[in-house]
Amino acid sequence: MAEILVYVDHVDGAVRKPTLELLTLARRIGEPVAVALGNGAADTAAVLAEHGAVKVLTADAPEFAEYLVVPKVDALQAAYEAVSPAAVLVPSSAEGKEIAARLAVRIGSGIITDAVDLEAGDEGPVATQSAFAASFTTKSRVSKGTPVITVKPNSAPVEAAPAAGAVETLAVSFSEKAQGTKIVARTPRESTGRPELTEAAIVVSGGRGVNGAENFAIIEALADSLGAAVGASRAAVDAGWYPHSNQVGQTGKSVSPQLYIASGISGAIQHRAGMQTSKTIVAINKDAEAPIFELVDYGVVGDLFDVVPQLTEEVKSRKG
Amino acid sequence: MSLRIVVCVKYVPDATGDRHFADDLTVDRDDVDGLLSELDEYAVEQALQIAEEADDAEVTVLTVGPEDAKDALRKALSMGADKAVHVEDDDLHGTDVMGTSLVLAKAIEKTGYDVVIAGMASTDGTMGVLPAILAERLGVPQVTLLSEVSIEDGVVKGRRDGDTASEQLEASLPAVVSVTDQSGEARYPSFKGIMAAKKKPVESLDLSDLDIEADEVGLEGSWTAVDSATERPARTAGTIVKDEGEGGKQLAEFLASQKFI
Ligand SMILES: Cc1cc2nc3c(=O)[nH]c(=O)nc-3n(C[C@H](O)[C@H](O)[C@H](O)COP(=O)(O)OP(=O)(O)OC[C@H]3O[C@@H](n4cnc5c(N)ncnc54)[C@H](O)[C@@H]3O)c2cc1C
Ligand SMILES: Cc1cc2nc3c(=O)[nH]c(=O)nc-3n(C[C@H](O)[C@H](O)[C@H](O)COP(=O)(O)OP(=O)(O)OC[C@H]3O[C@@H](n4cnc5c(N)ncnc54)[C@H](O)[C@@H]3O)c2cc1C
Repeated sequence: MAEILVYVDHVDGAVRKPTLELLTLARRIGEPVAVALGNGAADTAAVLAEHGAVKVLTADAPEFAEYLVVPKVDALQAAYEAVSPAAVLVPSSAEGKEIAARLAVRIGSGIITDAVDLEAGDEGPVATQSAFAASFTTKSRVSKGTPVITVKPNSAPVEAAPAAGAVETLAVSFSEKAQGTKIVARTPRESTGRPELTEAAIVVSGGRGVNGAENFAIIEALADSLGAAVGASRAAVDAGWYPHSNQVGQTGKSVSPQLYIASGISGAIQHRAGMQTSKTIVAINKDAEAPIFELVDYGVVGDLFDVVPQLTEEVKSRKG
Repeated sequence: MSLRIVVCVKYVPDATGDRHFADDLTVDRDDVDGLLSELDEYAVEQALQIAEEADDAEVTVLTVGPEDAKDALRKALSMGADKAVHVEDDDLHGTDVMGTSLVLAKAIEKTGYDVVIAGMASTDGTMGVLPAILAERLGVPQVTLLSEVSIEDGVVKGRRDGDTASEQLEASLPAVVSVTDQSGEARYPSFKGIMAAKKKPVESLDLSDLDIEADEVGLEGSWTAVDSATERPARTAGTIVKDEGEGGKQLAEFLASQKFI
């Protein structure tokens, strides 16, 4: 069976959920061989094996942390040459896309980014993409070279499928360009203890209607009652009420949760681009004409300062 | 010594219009007005600021696109760029990212550069990979997705706010930079700028000027193929209630019925 290279996104050995989803997709088109790089790479093996990796190629070197992107491209290329896979799958993070794209140039292949689904086809894997702020769905293929495809979070279920997961060290020789862009300092993002925005099953977002940084506490309280992540519109982020890392939309994160709750958000096209594929959409807005209501499964026309706290109380009491 | 800045800008269909695909599954450009991709305005802005800081600098805006794409170049020129390069060729219709990046790389080499500045992503394809590909093709460092950027003494420095960390980056020129919409508000063209733009040079290049064969680009030469594009069905109208004091409770009822609580 054809081998499929899967690039592993992990933080010090803790594999992030989108990679486990990629393993599910990879098994539809072949046998997943995972590539884990950097600090803690070998620690990823057990969970990758549980989810279907037949092999885990690992490499660690200071270059991965000290220089931007290129060392990882060198390593992924080494894995590509060692395995000769039928396709390469990479999670659609900002860095993942850059790594995938540079690899595609090097190996003379086409690239598809931000796939939301993947299936086997007669002429290789067929990717589903969502275009123009999710108003269109396209099916596309890589027609030259080995398909390189990046996949968005929440595109497939995580499924256990135990496999060998034999760990092998990958030999990497860094290219001359690997040290081109130096990372001179790194400030890790503080953890809020809430689920990762792009991975969360429920996202509760606030917009300009929240009207102040301090008022985001009521959005957070609702999120916490539901075990949800907190999102924000660009208007709220630009006003300095919530960090940019929580922005949902075209230039923020794109989310596709089971449930999206928008409070005080009008539903501009750029915001929709990042949340339109959510399974169930709920909005609270005092303006009955707000475009967000065109998308909702359930909408409440009302003041969020009345509706949101009441909802939070009700959720808490129902959950006991 | 003069600093040569090339800014890559894309001409895209207006995102607030009713965008769709043409019969050959390329972007339909006839029904929706085109404009300079809003995210590329941030690239033009940072280029102009870097040029203002440098003793002597020249800002060239570059686009690969159809005839109308000149509008995007005019906008950038009216913001303050010095000159423009337009790569236009009938054989380019339907080119994917591999072809587009090949054309851009050759045009950049022909123009000459110390730094290339691009947007974080286009507002139509939204791949967000073109700057990294350019760096690979040109064989120079990529300093991408910056929310803050400066150039001094032949070194570009910037801040990249990633998923798990914020990083300070540094690279020697020549380099490819891309900037996010956090990098600073883009200026509006002044009346003077708009008048001045009319006199600024726009150089037109075609594929033969860049030694690119027709079969390396276009729909036929693409490395990817789109098999179908279907409009997402409009969401079925949801339930909308007016809050008369029980709105939160009614919403909780709905969430419970959907098994979210
Ligand atoms: C290139 C580009 C990229 C962009 N990227 C993004 C992006 O990634 N994400 C994003 O979100 N936007 C993005 N935008 C901005 C986008 O166009 C909108 O400006 C933005 O989404 C508006 O945010 P908002 O809905 O919070 O604010 P508004 O549009 O001002 O809406 C506020 C809403 O709150 C309601 N409201 C006010 N008070 C209350 C109350 N007490 N109770 C209930 N409702 C209330 C109002 O009725 C209104 O509908 C981008 C724009 C551009 C040009
Ligand atoms: C909905 C849609 C989906 C697509 N999916 C794919 C795909 O999966 N694979 C694929 O190979 N192609 C794809 N394409 C084609 C691809 O978008 C174009 O070839 C494009 O020019 C490069 O990608 P991008 O626009 O997404 O640019 P991005 O990588 O998002 O652009 C980043 C920056 O590069 C610069 N730039 C991009 N294009 C130009 C240009 N023409 N002239 C000057 N500067 C430019 C701008 O500074 C821009 O801000 C898609 C197009 C559409 C409309």
